[in-house]
Amino acid sequence: MVRKISMKLAINEAIDQEMSRDPSVIMMGEDIVGGAGGDGEMDAWGGVLGVTKGLYAKHGNRLLDTPLSESAYIGAAIGAAACGMRPIGELMFIDFMGVCFDQIYNQAAKFRYMFGGKAETPVVIRAMVGAGFRAAAQHSQMLTPLFTHVPGLKVVCPSTPYDTKGLLIQSIRDNDPVIFCEHKNLYGFEGEVPEASYAIPLGEANVVRDGKHVSIVTYGLMVHRALEAAAELSKEGIEAEVIDLRTLSPLDMDTVLDSVTKTGRLVCVDEANPRCSIACDISAQVVQQAFGALKSGIEMVTPPHVPVPFSPVLEDLYIPSGAQIAAAARKTMKGGRQ
Amino acid sequence: MTSAITPIIMPKWGLEMREGTIADWLVEEGTRIEVGMPIMDVETDKISNAVEAPDAGLLRRRVASAGETLPVRALLGVLAEADVSDHDIDAFIQGFEVPAADSGDEDTGPAFDYAEIDGLRVRYARRGPEEGTPLVLIHGFGGDLGNWLFNMDALAEKVPVIALDLPGHGQSAPRLPGTSLVALSDFVAQFLDAIGVSRAHFAGHSMGAAIASQLALVQPSKVASLSLICPAGMGESINTAYTDGFVSAESRRELKPVVELLFDNPELVTRNLLEDLLKYKRIDGIPDVLRALGGALFSDNRQTQTPGLELGATGIPVLVVWGESDQVIPSSQAANAPAGATVEVLKGAGHMVMMEKANDVNALIRRHISA
Repeated sequence: MVRKISMKLAINEAIDQEMSRDPSVIMMGEDIVGGAGGDGEMDAWGGVLGVTKGLYAKHGNRLLDTPLSESAYIGAAIGAAACGMRPIGELMFIDFMGVCFDQIYNQAAKFRYMFGGKAETPVVIRAMVGAGFRAAAQHSQMLTPLFTHVPGLKVVCPSTPYDTKGLLIQSIRDNDPVIFCEHKNLYGFEGEVPEASYAIPLGEANVVRDGKHVSIVTYGLMVHRALEAAAELSKEGIEAEVIDLRTLSPLDMDTVLDSVTKTGRLVCVDEANPRCSIACDISAQVVQQAFGALKSGIEMVTPPHVPVPFSPVLEDLYIPSGAQIAAAARKTMKGGRQ
Repeated sequence: MTSAITPIIMPKWGLEMREGTIADWLVEEGTRIEVGMPIMDVETDKISNAVEAPDAGLLRRRVASAGETLPVRALLGVLAEADVSDHDIDAFIQGFEVPAADSGDEDTGPAFDYAEIDGLRVRYARRGPEEGTPLVLIHGFGGDLGNWLFNMDALAEKVPVIALDLPGHGQSAPRLPGTSLVALSDFVAQFLDAIGVSRAHFAGHSMGAAIASQLALVQPSKVASLSLICPAGMGESINTAYTDGFVSAESRRELKPVVELLFDNPELVTRNLLEDLLKYKRIDGIPDVLRALGGALFSDNRQTQTPGLELGATGIPVLVVWGESDQVIPSSQAANAPAGATVEVLKGAGHMVMMEKANDVNALIRRHISA
């Protein structure tokens, strides 16, 4: 049997294996080596949540603890990538992108285009995303749509340890800048992960549940909520197909369209705020490309258009639930054309 | 009175099956069931298959209904003669307890073993009794020991069964000892030496059958009999659209039409079957392995090596089983089987005949190795 490990360990293993395979892979970030005051190298904490634990002991100064200045070290990572390294920059919380966004969206994302394809920027920027961690409005956002909006960036947001390892390895090997979004509430989630190295291509969605009545399209933590909803719906005789987009840029619309053509109904679920979200994008593209297949109006399940609340009660209400997704799916089953 | 009542239970196909979903019953209550009669279709997360009756009797009760998902060994139906009362049958159903899912597995120890040959790790599974000449199962190009999920346990009732993942396949090392049938058959022989098997019956599928044939030519004393299933190496032509497509497909959408070529009924290709194949193909080194091996053995719709055509001289008993609608290697090549071979071409099955017609293939192999 394949062993089970957590998503956190899957990230660690992907970085470890790529650092062992390719000497140009380096890592930069705040406290990715030290952190909680270990005495020696073996005790180094390895990041605020221990994701990079043990890597310094093995790969030494290819892991660089940086000053608390995202603009400096994300810029340095992008510069190193332009000069032939394969850096992984750890932004810690994606909410900190504000102070280094020029380096990402106006520099890294543009180099290949502006230098006529002659410049490559193989950088990965890893960051924790998502709510439910009781970390308040500045450490809980799902900012995937902001990055997906920018041509020249690839955006990944996995839902399982298996996908996390394979997609992170592919992201490191990819010659374009990749924003790798890790849901902090999935760090402890365990699943089967092969010990060998493997790469999952960017831009391929995964069908995680077969169904014929309604398609639920989502990514990240919401995949698990969608599966909860699908299990509930199944008891009522509604078989939902659940699609995990896995990468948001490039986006695998073919898999979404295949599914909607089969089911005729669509629920888009997004943990990002609703305006200009991934859910909006998918909905618009389905209407443009498969309007004739739709049997009812498209439903979207997202948080409200407000910052993530600090109150635990309100935060729990903010995050889309399985019950909300199931209710949206039921709604698509009722209305509309025959 | 319960001794007059025979339960029909959810079968366990392969080492990883935990539960199955009843797709449909194929027989009504009151039907006289014979051993081997298909009685219902069951879907697992890997594949669908017909459950064939392990016992004979009168079907008195269909306990499980279509659409239900039940654990392995759950009660599906009840066989009993007409003189058994409904009351006794009700009592039997009431009192039936499904054994815990893993209790049987714990008895038989770990599901897989590993050996190391020339620095290459080999995963294998061993089932059945300790004593007797074992039956060695060799899968085909891009396959693994899971291809035998409907065969292993059924064949292991009488003889020890050993199924391996060839190097570069399944969960064995992602490297090859060489790309020729000679190198691969030498490797299988070394593997068997390493696990203490000096002589065995061999059943091979597709490329695995060519490897077994090659072994029979070079080391006939090791080979008690050959069961060749949709064999490679028994003729020149092969549909390299399959082998090339399998090597090059990177996504589920690309792989699906290729894998459908393996089956007479393309609906047997489930999402999980494709996902498992993709998980294998994504491992570092595997695409190179498949390209090297496929390129050496099959290219431009031609097979480069045909050991199956020389088996007549060995005197080893040969069984050839082919799925009539095989879209990878044409079943017409069954005519090339050596003189004296038992040849069966089964209708309603393609290249994966040992999955699509598992019970027929199991019966043929059993008869062949006990002859």
